[in-house]
Amino acid sequence: MVSTILIAIGVLFNLFGCIGLIRLPDVYNRLQSATKCGTLGTCSILAGALIHFGFMDAGIKALIAIPLLFFGATAAAHALVRGAYHFGVKLGDKSVKDDYKDIAK
Amino acid sequence: MRYLALFILTFLFWLLLTLDVSLVNLVVGAVVALITSLLFSKYFFDKGYKFLQLHRYFWLLVYIVILIWECIKANFDVAYRVLHPAMPIKPGIVKVKLNLQSDFARAMLANSITMTPGTIAVDIVGDDLYIHWIYVSSEDPEEYSQKIAGRFEKYIKKTFD
Repeated sequence: MVSTILIAIGVLFNLFGCIGLIRLPDVYNRLQSATKCGTLGTCSILAGALIHFGFMDAGIKALIAIPLLFFGATAAAHALVRGAYHFGVKLGDKSVKDDYKDIAK
Repeated sequence: MRYLALFILTFLFWLLLTLDVSLVNLVVGAVVALITSLLFSKYFFDKGYKFLQLHRYFWLLVYIVILIWECIKANFDVAYRVLHPAMPIKPGIVKVKLNLQSDFARAMLANSITMTPGTIAVDIVGDDLYIHWIYVSSEDPEEYSQKIAGRFEKYIKKTFD
């Protein structure tokens, strides 16, 4: 029961992440929703799998996938944002501040 | 010392991953962990003795609890901005001063910032951390430094620095 609820929450947050990916205006904001909702959603699904299988083979693998996913997602988000900026993708129209402009050259 | 620290970590990770204590598996794991620690330990730990300071483990637990809480808050924050019809966003890149010394602690702070509400670490240049923020709520550098990094900085300082 608990595992079903956790997996449902995970799928719901992954859905929010996808909606954000479509609705938000530029690369940087889209990555915000993709990393945050994607990571917590998937971690929640993995926690549900852990509770479903218990501390057996598959459950422990789900548990150690959580920190791996966490580090992977943050490093990937950083690399994509930095890469996009150096490639020359502009910040969206709604942006109010850019301290990075002078350093990036 | 630093080789030993990384060796123990990778070997434990191998055991968790395989969940098998037969002799063959232990030997393979030990060899792989040895190669990994010889090759990569210089990138990870500058001072291995930090692993023996037990108070760091206590602060690590506190830090993990705070991180999970902030992570959940981040998700509701992003979900709110995405689902709101008017999309209340005001994005920008801001500069935050760092007070941490070691590279590992800085990397952990950048990771934590990426996981907290509406912020992604873009780059570190010298002592400045550049952060993309989905809702720039104030113009004062002191105030937003506190808002973005202050939550974690003291725990990370006690745990990793």
